[in-house]
Amino acid sequence: MTSPAAHVSEMGESALLIQSGGPMSLDVQRLYWALDRSCRDLPGVTETVLGVHSLLVRFDPQAEVAETAARLQDLWNETRPADGQGRLVEIPVHYGGEDLTELAACHDLRIDEVIALHTAPIYTVFALGSQPGFPYLGGLDPRLATPRRSSPRQRVDEGSVVIGGEQAGVIARTSPSGWHIIGATQVSLFDHARDEPALLQPGDRLRFSVEEVSA
Amino acid sequence: MIRILNPGLGAAVQDLGRRGLANIGVGRSGAMDRRALRVANAMLGNAEEAAGLEITLGGFSFETLEPVAIALAGADTEATLDGRPLPRWWARTLLPGQVLRMGHSRTGMRGYIAVSGGLDVPEVLGSRATDAKGGFGGHDGRLLKAGDTLTTAAESSGTRALDYGLSPRAWPDLWADGSGETEVRFVPAMEWADYDEKARALFCATGWTIEPASNRIGYRLYGPEMVPTIRRELLSHGILPGTIQLPPSGRPVVQMLDANTVGGYPKLGVVIDADLPLLAQATLGSTLRFREFCAAEARAARREEDDLVSAIRRATSHQRKG
Repeated sequence: MTSPAAHVSEMGESALLIQSGGPMSLDVQRLYWALDRSCRDLPGVTETVLGVHSLLVRFDPQAEVAETAARLQDLWNETRPADGQGRLVEIPVHYGGEDLTELAACHDLRIDEVIALHTAPIYTVFALGSQPGFPYLGGLDPRLATPRRSSPRQRVDEGSVVIGGEQAGVIARTSPSGWHIIGATQVSLFDHARDEPALLQPGDRLRFSVEEVSA
Repeated sequence: MIRILNPGLGAAVQDLGRRGLANIGVGRSGAMDRRALRVANAMLGNAEEAAGLEITLGGFSFETLEPVAIALAGADTEATLDGRPLPRWWARTLLPGQVLRMGHSRTGMRGYIAVSGGLDVPEVLGSRATDAKGGFGGHDGRLLKAGDTLTTAAESSGTRALDYGLSPRAWPDLWADGSGETEVRFVPAMEWADYDEKARALFCATGWTIEPASNRIGYRLYGPEMVPTIRRELLSHGILPGTIQLPPSGRPVVQMLDANTVGGYPKLGVVIDADLPLLAQATLGSTLRFREFCAAEARAARREEDDLVSAIRRATSHQRKG
């Protein structure tokens, strides 16, 4: 596969953003995982932040932006998709919660159908972000895609299993959120005291399983 | 050791923040006015990465339980030591039982107190900064409460007693305040091109009001609605402190130190690093103006901050020699 078009733009004086358009595609994301790995070895690069079809590259403030941008573009043109598969992590879910009934009704589905559709796919962690350890997951069944709530909740607990737009997720840190809560898990997605604080890495795969249902 | 008597509206342990962990969703955190904390540490001969206190909007007080040298920096909080005024940009050795109080700042947002040797809280993920959203770092991963005690990494006994300040005459840059109009410089970002010349000119000509809902996560701005020539639905991408986002409301939000690592709104630009301290001190309700700037000049501005901190460190070193 030849690399799709990518655009490089400035993000302040010492960062560049390279990004490609949608829709969300695993093939494109594999290129960004590979680009991320090779970028980290570039001289002067201090930090990289993966997004969906994008990579933010922070570099030494004394480096020349134009030169770094050209090098990034060259690197992109040479990038081949990251191979291999990440680990498969199972997340047992206690289905229930405030929005499960509402979400089922909105799609004209029974609750057991919603659960079956949610547990069927193997999701892929595209990137981590927004909050410590929070995975941007690709692979949600389009029949479950639900626009975010019109007003976000002030407090959504850590471990909440959620759906927002075309994405599935698990809240890693108690925080405000506009996503719909369909269950909860005991699995901790982030613990600053662990050697590897984030449970998941980009490229890892994830499957939800039914631990309990209450509705 | 110090004991917090009153935390005020928000006080926390901060250093220069976390680097290199945005890829797992861990944000920068750290002092909003990093220049003030750097100057305070320089005044005490501390390491650059020493942790100090960030006090938002004043109303803060502590008492000392052991002798400790401190430096007071940042906003003018009308601080007093045992009831007597203590100017900002001042270093002083405190004795046990002394009480330092801050009033409510009117001309800035954040005061800083560095302590000799730095505050001794555990390093979490490479920094002592409080990540209040993540619930780690600083003092138990949270804002300070009355009764909390903090120890310093090096007690000041045995070093020379300090009592000196940085005067407005010698260091005029430090004494500008954020109560009037604040101008910050920004480097245009990707979606700047989605606005026509008229809209761009409007953005730079507007005196944006900083809304009361602004905080360490972001500054919300009120002004005319900015309308793009095309509306884009963007995929989530990495962002940085200083990123000026434009949500569908048409009113800009400037992301600050506790911002998310990833966002999805269109971005007009990124405020240059050297001007984030100005933004950190711009008071709620005051006016903010943006000036377009290029990356090369921004790098020079950052060197100026480094030069200021080094000059202060050099100029005050004789004060610390016993």
